[in-house]
Amino acid sequence: MNWNTFFLMRHEIVLTLIILLLLLIDVFVDDKKKLNPIAIIAFAVYTLLGFLPLESGSLFGGMFVNSPLINVLKNAMNIGVLMITLSAVSWVNAKMLPLKKVGEFYILLFSSYLGMLFLVSSGHFLMLYLGMELATLPVAALAAYDIFSRKSSEAGIKLILNAALSSGILLFGASIIYMTTGSLYFSSIANNVSNSYLMILGLIMLFAGFGFKISLVPFHFWTADVYEGAPTPVSNYLSVISKGGAIFILMILAFVVFNQLNYLWLPLFYGISIVTMFLGNFFALRQKNLQRFMAFSSVAQAGFILMGMLSFDQMAVTSVVYFIAIYIVSNIGAFGVIQAVGIASGKWEMDDYNGFYRTNPKMALVLMLALFSLAGIPPLAGFFGKFFLYTSAASQGYYWIVFLGILNATIALYYYLLVIRSAFLRTSENPIPYFKSDWYMRISMILVAIALIMLGLYSPFYSYINSLSIL
Amino acid sequence: MISGVSIYEILILSTIIFFIGVYGFFTRKNLIAMLMSIELILNSAALNFVVANKYLFPGNIEGNIFSLFIIAIAAAETALALAIVINLYRLIMSLKTKDLETMKY
Repeated sequence: MNWNTFFLMRHEIVLTLIILLLLLIDVFVDDKKKLNPIAIIAFAVYTLLGFLPLESGSLFGGMFVNSPLINVLKNAMNIGVLMITLSAVSWVNAKMLPLKKVGEFYILLFSSYLGMLFLVSSGHFLMLYLGMELATLPVAALAAYDIFSRKSSEAGIKLILNAALSSGILLFGASIIYMTTGSLYFSSIANNVSNSYLMILGLIMLFAGFGFKISLVPFHFWTADVYEGAPTPVSNYLSVISKGGAIFILMILAFVVFNQLNYLWLPLFYGISIVTMFLGNFFALRQKNLQRFMAFSSVAQAGFILMGMLSFDQMAVTSVVYFIAIYIVSNIGAFGVIQAVGIASGKWEMDDYNGFYRTNPKMALVLMLALFSLAGIPPLAGFFGKFFLYTSAASQGYYWIVFLGILNATIALYYYLLVIRSAFLRTSENPIPYFKSDWYMRISMILVAIALIMLGLYSPFYSYINSLSIL
Repeated sequence: MISGVSIYEILILSTIIFFIGVYGFFTRKNLIAMLMSIELILNSAALNFVVANKYLFPGNIEGNIFSLFIIAIAAAETALALAIVINLYRLIMSLKTKDLETMKY
């Protein structure tokens, strides 16, 4: 091993350095407001560094794997976290500056993201477990960050209890898999997979643990409560970055490690995907609080992603990674607007948005773009993401689930349009007053709007991912 | 190897501990008791790793190392959860799960 091989984990090394730097600066800077630009500039530099070309390879005997595909996903998540930090500044200045807890917010957020990076490129169950815990624990602290708010603490305790239970179940599954195969490396497990009952039990427990993280349906109960109670930037982070990374590593486990057991997990994914789409959508229909609404919408989107995995080939990998990238942008747009309105006026309900377009036309346009993208209206990015997921499932003859998926997309369109109707068509006696958001929020929203329009129309992006999607 | 104790007995023990933990997590009405149940789950997994390493694959130390990591992370998890519990107790003066139902459905 020489120094060049460490270049493979440059994302992680640079991010660790940024966290340490922030920790140091936090001690010496008195004016805590200055920490916002420092953290954002450091993270922006790191995001740019991520675009350097990379070869595939592994470190520490296969514990840490990196490949161009993983690099694409990491870059997409980097941009996502950058947008989240940009849009979080207004919340941090409003709520956390008086308590002087600015630096800790960024440190915790970046540590959680560091865990997510390790999780995404893990090649061993130990790395997977450590990455998952490092990704979850700081987020639980962040969910309970608003220490004077009862809802925030409630969200924190619900998140940490559910996360601990899920990682316990996942560990028990991993221990059973260790018993049957004698190894914890993904590559040697893939060679020793047998179809004994013990192995199947371990596989199901492992997938149940992941179901909690991705909030698939039998395990989705925590999602709405945590998203509603946690500070909005944290719900934003949870809904896109946590979910995207966990889905990717679940896909690696299913496609590569448990490849030979596909007769077992394909029907499982099929059923869970249908149930997740329907329950997520039906619960989203009756929500009035927008954060809860986004929570159930994200549950439904996870069902769509699971549907795309069914074809179990190169196309499935491509469409899932492509959809994750688009989903990150769309959700950040919607959450960003909800957060800006919530901080400026303290309103979180859907009916409060009546007449929103008259008073804040630009914000309303971003909200419209993001929700149309989530619903899958053609010129926007979300349409192409969903289109490739359907194509991927249909390419192997799963027409029924594609039909149910399109049915669900229609239901989803109804409730996304409810929000847009109240923002654009309805009038109100006392609409949300005009507010001016800060530069960070504006940059973030402009980036989101550009990405939503461009990602769909710029087709080389899909073929670029496709050329890398060899697992 | 412990003489007179086969792997089956230890695995039955660890499985029983695991399901006591799961049962406790779903039925307990107190947050601290729920945390204790989670500890049981994590410890049963750690026990599984050590036993599998000792009885089935005595040549390597992968399982032992893993159980050390589980113990360390379980401690971190509990510390964080207790911190949140203390903050919650300051706010609502209660640790009952039924008092944590302001957000529902």
